[in-house]
Parts: sequence; structure tokens; C-alpha cells
Amino acid sequence: MGVISNGTTMLDSGALDSGVATGKLTLISTTTISTSTSAVSITSGINSTYDKYVFKLINIHVSAQAYLQVNFRDGSTAYDANKITTMYYASHKEDDSDQELVFGAGNSLELSTGIQRLTSGEMDLSNDSNICGYLCLYNPSNTTHVKHFIAQTEYMTNSPSAETSYIAGFCIATAAIDGIQFTMSSGTIDSGIIKLYGVG
Amino acid sequence: MAFVSNGTTILDAGAFSASLGAMVHIKTLTASSSSTLSFVDGASSVVFDNTYPIYKFEFINIHAGTDQANFQFNGSTNTGSAYNTTKTSNFYYSYNRGSDGANNFQYDNNRDLAQSTSFQDIAFNSNVDNYSSLSGSLMIFNPSSTTFIKHFISTINDEAQTSGEQGLSQVNHVAGYMNTTSAVDAIRFQFSSGNMDTGKIKLYGIKDS
Repeated sequence: MGVISNGTTMLDSGALDSGVATGKLTLISTTTISTSTSAVSITSGINSTYDKYVFKLINIHVSAQAYLQVNFRDGSTAYDANKITTMYYASHKEDDSDQELVFGAGNSLELSTGIQRLTSGEMDLSNDSNICGYLCLYNPSNTTHVKHFIAQTEYMTNSPSAETSYIAGFCIATAAIDGIQFTMSSGTIDSGIIKLYGVG
Repeated sequence: MAFVSNGTTILDAGAFSASLGAMVHIKTLTASSSSTLSFVDGASSVVFDNTYPIYKFEFINIHAGTDQANFQFNGSTNTGSAYNTTKTSNFYYSYNRGSDGANNFQYDNNRDLAQSTSFQDIAFNSNVDNYSSLSGSLMIFNPSSTTFIKHFISTINDEAQTSGEQGLSQVNHVAGYMNTTSAVDAIRFQFSSGNMDTGKIKLYGIKDS
């Protein structure tokens, strides 16, 4: 039985009517970090269902002055997808003594299976310090083209300064990307939330 | 008659009261050796008017048919009769090359526009190899306004090439405005030469309420 309101079919056959406009940013999973962990791996829900996936990093707090890092899984259990990337960042100190906008040569990768830094500087570990941002991963299950990703993070460094890192690149393997892993260069991720959305 | 569940009105008068999400898919165009892909308000189920305050185009693995072509867009104020809105914009990019680590991060005064009706580059020097593609997005704010200029912001990552060297990860940032108080009701995408072999362009509307 359908549900018709004011002459418009809203529900029928167990689903919304195709004429009903629905949001296409779908929450797939929420990973809440409440105890210190060395790595956060998300291996579910990254497939061909959506053309684009968005990871939202919310209040990630760390245990050591270190870099937040990411890597991708491309067909095995290892997070070691081959990547070419570019990073640049903007930074401004709290005491107004310095500011800069520069390419992060040391944080950009040339055909590397190693981790990609998501912060150009070491994060501060004060209680109120944390990192927020996002990472977009395009068409990860495509086996013809490279898999692009674009990320932006904002955090407090130990200077202290407000620093924003912009990271973009691609996994060059033609194998599907089916997992992502966030780690720290030292210490652990103490707390925070990582939300995964699919864009339909 | 309203549909009420546990005291909450779910739908009434032909519309849902409950939130169904704010990012609404409008149209997907799939490239197949296409010289252009155009989104025209009122044609082929495309909505590009005052229904939404923000429109977002997502580019999914656009593959160029010609080496080192530039991916571009332009706007129309006459439902696609002409794509020639006047634009002022800025363009900067960063790249890193896989073969030798050559890199660059700079403002590009060859691709910014100053009151130009030309197509706006939003990525450049695309590589034509089979594995290559570009992905990213373009947002256009309030295109139907007849009071304000129309701002746009784009970020695209491109597997590009330069000087015969392939394997560049190149991220392109473009922002600016279409300097018109006429409603912009159509957007066209193309490469500066050759076709879009494959890939998808998806149009979304972002609700404000």
C-alpha cells in the first residue's frame, strides 16, 4: 500500500517514491576513539557503492608531539598503496611572530608506498589541542584509473600556531582501494571521531 | 492528511517534514568521447535555479582524449545559447612528480581571468594515458541571484604531465566570480582540445533549510 499525501506518492512498495528528493551524503560509519590506539583502520564500506567517500576527522587528540598520517590498502592486508602526492600548508603563530604559506617538499611523496602525512608540522598535545579536517577519496573501486584523494586538516602545532595542511594525490595502483588507516608518527591517537560518508 | 508517527509529523501536504538530507543529487552526465557536457536548467531533468542556494559538481575520473588539454567550464545566462559569462578569478596549483620529485607551488597568471568571457581552466595539462584521470569538485553559489555576482570555488586533483614528463600529482585551486547580475542558468564543461573520453560529472543541490 502506498502513502499518498496531497496527491503525491511519498512511500510505496517498502521504499520512498523515486520522485522524493533525498540527501546523497550518507553516513556509512562512525569510529569513536575513546582509548589510546596506535592505528585506526576502516575497512568496511569502501567499495563501489559510491563514487566519492568523505572521511571527517573530528577532534582527534594525540598523546605525543607527532604527525598524523594516512595510508591506503589496495588488495592485501597491508596499508601500502603506491602514491604520488603533493602537500602545502599555511601557518600563523599565536604570538604573531611568524606566518608562512609554503610547499611541503618533505611531506610530498614520489611513488612511495609509505605513509602520507596529513599534518606538515607536529601536532600539539595540550588537553585542548586537536585536529579536524576531511579526506575525500574518489572512486576507490575503479580498477582502470588512479584513485585521487584530496584532504585538508587544521590543527594547533607545538609552536603554538594555527596550521592548515592541504594534501592531494593519487594511489597509482589499478587495484581497488578497500581500506584506509590513520596512524601517528609516534605515540597514539587518544580520542576523537572519524566519520565516513558516501556521496551518492 | 498528515502521516504522524509516535507524535511526530513525518509528512504532510505532499512533502516530508522529516529531514531527508541536505545534499540532493540532481543529474549525472557520463562522458563517452564527449566534446562538451552541459547542465541546462529545465532540460533533461536538470535543476539549476533558485531551488538551491549552492550547487556542487563532482568530477569522477574524467579522462582526457588529448594530451595536455585543460579542463574548463563556462556559464550561460540564456539557457545555453551562449557560454560566455564575464569572469574574474584566481588560480594556483601545486604538483609533485613521481619520477624525480620535481615540484612546484605557485600562482598561475596564465590561467586566472580578468573580466574575461573565455572558458575558465579548472585543471590543466591532463595526461592521456589509460590510467590517468582527474577528480574533484566545483561549487557555484546562488546562480539565480539577480542582485549579486556568482562566486565559484573549485579544487581538482589531476594526473598531469609537463614537458613530456608524466606521473604528476597536480592539485588545482580556482576561485572567482561570474560578474553578472543576470541569473546563470547553465554550465558547460569541456577540454581545451579533444574530448572527455570517459568519466562522470554529477550535479548536486545543497539545501539551506
